[in-house]
Amino acid sequence: MKHARLFALLAGLSLAAGVHAAAADQVHASHAWIRVLPGALPAGGYVTLENRGDQPVALTGARSTAYAEVMLHHSSTQGGVSRMAMVESLPIPAHGSVVLAPGGYHLMLMKPAAAVLPGNQVQLQLQFDDGSSLPVDFLARPANALGDEAPAPAHSGH
Amino acid sequence: MKSPRTRLAALLALLVAGVLLAGCHGATPLPFRLTDLTGHMPQLEFNLTSDENKPVSAVDYRGKVVLLFFGYTHCPDVCPLTMAQLHVVMKKLGAQADGARILFVSVDPARDTPAVLHGYVNAFDKHAIGLTGTPRAVEALVKRYRSAFTREPSGKDGNYEVSHSSAIYVFDRDGNPRVLYTPADKQDDLVHDLQLLLDQGAPT
Repeated sequence: MKHARLFALLAGLSLAAGVHAAAADQVHASHAWIRVLPGALPAGGYVTLENRGDQPVALTGARSTAYAEVMLHHSSTQGGVSRMAMVESLPIPAHGSVVLAPGGYHLMLMKPAAAVLPGNQVQLQLQFDDGSSLPVDFLARPANALGDEAPAPAHSGH
Repeated sequence: MKSPRTRLAALLALLVAGVLLAGCHGATPLPFRLTDLTGHMPQLEFNLTSDENKPVSAVDYRGKVVLLFFGYTHCPDVCPLTMAQLHVVMKKLGAQADGARILFVSVDPARDTPAVLHGYVNAFDKHAIGLTGTPRAVEALVKRYRSAFTREPSGKDGNYEVSHSSAIYVFDRDGNPRVLYTPADKQDDLVHDLQLLLDQGAPT
């Protein structure tokens, strides 16, 4: 009797843990790159995020030791005018994905701690609404790169 | 019943109108794919400072096909994307690109010094020139092409964004506005129209 109750309690706990798997554990990141601009000008960070879990998650921003400030932004062009707006939270539906790409959602990377040069790998900690974070290596590309067209660098197993 | 004199006046008026429509320098109509600006906007005119810290005016770029674009260097997403796309356009033009110049005019002259602009434009394309100047001189050029920009409120760190027109104005070798390229247009249409303009009166 006692055992059965304990068993049920444990089962409930593990079920709850399953439902509330950290967002960072169910999100897969790919095509992560940064457009590097000369000097200390702010750079744009881009990545494709795929939510492989059964629960929606939301990206709220990122942190990095390489940049003093990182903000999640969205560019838009309406009526011939280009604008940028801060984004508090970008939802990624269950089994869905979002693309941070030039001309849309991007991470604005400001105040580099040291010069970031094309070819460098820069790690960003992507932050999710449940407080979890996902480390992702971003490849620095030259200013005039059009996108993630070059082959992705060899992946070292995590 | 109109008198011969009235008829002559009407004819002259038509002729004058025709000449005006064809542009001050008699711009030849071309089969553009982009929005044709011919005769709808004034000739290129400005007095600004180049990224090499030299005073420049539109006359310095006569003989070149000019792509005029308003932006600012602290814009991490859209401006670099446009500049990177223009770099691709220049590559597609091949040797003809030497007859073209991309003029990147800063709508943020407070932060965009010639030195900042120099590093910026050269990171994109060798045919790109950065222009800055007094707020009044920049505004005069923006208004001349019915463009606009707005400095957004500063953030807590003093950083700020500038909303600005995303269109690119293309001028022929005589400084006449010819076509308008917007992000919604096809890049190959811009290449096509630039080729038409570069074929016109190539310097011998």
